[in-house]
Amino acid sequence: MAKGEIVAGCLAPHPPHIVYAENPSQNEPVAEGGWEQLRWGYERLRESLKDVDYDAIVVLSPHWQTYIGTHFLGLDNFQSLSVDPIFPNLFRYHYDLNIDVELAKQIHDKAHDAGLTVKMMTNPDFRVDYGTITTGHMFRPEWDKPLVVISSNRSRDYYSVEVMQEMMIELGKVTREAILESGKKVVVLASNSLSHRHFTTESKIPEDMSKEHITSHAMHLWDMRMIDYMKSGQCQRLIDEMPEFTEQAIAETDGGAFTWLLSTLEVPDYPAILHGYGTIIGTGNAIVEWPVYQHKGE
Amino acid sequence: MSDGEIVESFVVPVHPHTVLAPQQNEGWSKLRAAYDHAAEIISNSGADLLIIYSTTWPSIIGHQMISDPNPEWVMVDHDFHDLGSINYSFNIDAEFAALWNAENHSRGLQSRCVNYRGFPIDVGSVVALTLLNPDNKIPAVIVSSNVYADRSETTVLAKACRDLVKKTGRKAVAITAMSLSNRMFTEHIEAKDDRIHSLKDDEWNRKILEFLTEGRLEDVGQLSRTIQQQIRVQKVVNFKPMWWLSAMNENRNDLTGEVLAYEAIHGAGCAVVHLNPTPSGVGNKEYDEDEVEVFAGERGVLDNIVSSEETTTLSTAGSGPELWNPTNAEGSVNTDAAPKPVGAYPHARRVGDLLYLSGVGPRQPGTNAIPGGPIHDGDRKPLNYDIKAQTQAVIDNISRILEEAGSSIENVLDVTSFLIDMDRDFKGYNEVWADTLGKVGPTRTTLAIRALPTPIAVEMKVIAKI
Ligand SMILES: [Fe+2]
Repeated sequence: MAKGEIVAGCLAPHPPHIVYAENPSQNEPVAEGGWEQLRWGYERLRESLKDVDYDAIVVLSPHWQTYIGTHFLGLDNFQSLSVDPIFPNLFRYHYDLNIDVELAKQIHDKAHDAGLTVKMMTNPDFRVDYGTITTGHMFRPEWDKPLVVISSNRSRDYYSVEVMQEMMIELGKVTREAILESGKKVVVLASNSLSHRHFTTESKIPEDMSKEHITSHAMHLWDMRMIDYMKSGQCQRLIDEMPEFTEQAIAETDGGAFTWLLSTLEVPDYPAILHGYGTIIGTGNAIVEWPVYQHKGE
Repeated sequence: MSDGEIVESFVVPVHPHTVLAPQQNEGWSKLRAAYDHAAEIISNSGADLLIIYSTTWPSIIGHQMISDPNPEWVMVDHDFHDLGSINYSFNIDAEFAALWNAENHSRGLQSRCVNYRGFPIDVGSVVALTLLNPDNKIPAVIVSSNVYADRSETTVLAKACRDLVKKTGRKAVAITAMSLSNRMFTEHIEAKDDRIHSLKDDEWNRKILEFLTEGRLEDVGQLSRTIQQQIRVQKVVNFKPMWWLSAMNENRNDLTGEVLAYEAIHGAGCAVVHLNPTPSGVGNKEYDEDEVEVFAGERGVLDNIVSSEETTTLSTAGSGPELWNPTNAEGSVNTDAAPKPVGAYPHARRVGDLLYLSGVGPRQPGTNAIPGGPIHDGDRKPLNYDIKAQTQAVIDNISRILEEAGSSIENVLDVTSFLIDMDRDFKGYNEVWADTLGKVGPTRTTLAIRALPTPIAVEMKVIAKI
């Protein structure tokens, strides 16, 4: 069997607002656009990867929150209606997604062997979280590639950012090993925002872009600092500064997805492609691609 | 209709084990029996409304209330999905939810009703309603827990609800769906091996339960921040449910308390506690945190162009005059919902059917923040301010004083307005006036003056009828 590979890794945030603004047939509410900077960013990301061949998408979303280890969706198909508990006015999405259970199980088993607490989720009534669905939709609206969906272990809440990073670096390593052994070509996605302080009010028209901006200058500075590291290929610095960033920017990196992503990519030292940055209800969001396919053999 | 009241209160655990697997562990079955006992107490209480504050439903845009009269779906826990699914179909008092929402707004809170098919009701609410109201006999309302809210916001939320219970003559049960210590084992454990995660958690849980047994609910509320630091995994900014439950019970400390069960679920401290309003004779303890009636934080985040540092200049830089408690001569009308005076005078005074108001500015009650920003900073360096926001805030303050007096903005007869910069501000002031008092139709005189005692640009002097 040919060796598997990770063809690309992306930071692919999931505020439901961007799906809402796209008006796909699956989503019930109707918008007059909005958050174009980010939606165009996703467009550029899709364009960038359109000639890259892959078999599956592996995604880690902060909105499937588990306290007892890391869980993996473990049935072939999930179909239901996903209503965002926080923004139900914007996101009521009818999903139908396929899971690469074989690959999920391979990552699960490797993680287990490495000493991590893991569990397969096989309850057919389980509702897939809106973070996974938003990232899945924006990354590939055709929904024609199977997914591996990994929960966000809340070790940051239980211990610290440092412990969370240790566990996510380990999970990233075994994710990578399992993918290489599977013989499959895979894209890995970290579904999270950067700075994550929300407004606690919503304008009458949620997509009124005259009201959209970062919550504070400090948040902006942090986001730009992290983006600079991504663009200049300094991913080790991202990991080194993650504890401060996560605390001071209340960043959604607390869910571990970003650290996990960097680990699956072996902490890249080549520049990432920034496809877009924008704020959503005050939070900072970047769409970033690490084009592994361009750096083969280096 | 007689005044409504909170007839019972409960603290109940959130995890699905009590519904799906009570037989697997002795402690879980004791919690289930306690839940069933609580359901019996509720059924015998004559209650006609269950009000659930759930810690497992986080929200961001203020607080959210379910207003779907009959939400139905299947709930699967994010962690304990292997225990099975809970089908639910609840009886929600949508009308009460809508009224509560309006009360929240009138007290300065952000909140909204949610009524969408398939809305995922959180595990804590599903477990609590399934067990406490098994045949759906009593209609319920469910409110979320705002992730950023602190004590004042949570307390005001409860006060808005409590007032409404009184006004609508309901007999309500107040329920918090919550864990005590919430640290779970981070590994799978056998059901038989379940216990409280640590001795420290257990000690704190027992201390809380000792307080509650003595009916000292407000004392537990005042320990919320300590409890958060000691035995709570820091998922949200604070441990809020006891603030809510205490305010629902008028911040009392002499309830009659009874712990129906205290056990572990996967390490977390889980209790069913019954609190009855009958005075227990323990007596009221000292109550030292400020009473808060109106939420004044975070208003207009989206619309306000002035940063929070600027709006708080007055209170933090100490540049303003000293604040006074309003005087209280015969016929005086004073309220916490209006800013404190800057001298010895009341907010208003009544003579016959007429109300004379002292000059009212835009300062916010409690925080002293100035919507639209102050006119200068602590060093008297001029700042850019928004006259429209200031004018609107003046009119809002006038409304609150009139309401305290049993009148309303509709009854204003005559207004004298003072502007510190007629050229700059008359237009904006006049626009807000036209949309508000202009529609009521009082007589008006507008004067330019050199300064006002606080860094504000507009003040109004009002005469109204009752
Ligand atoms: Fe999120």
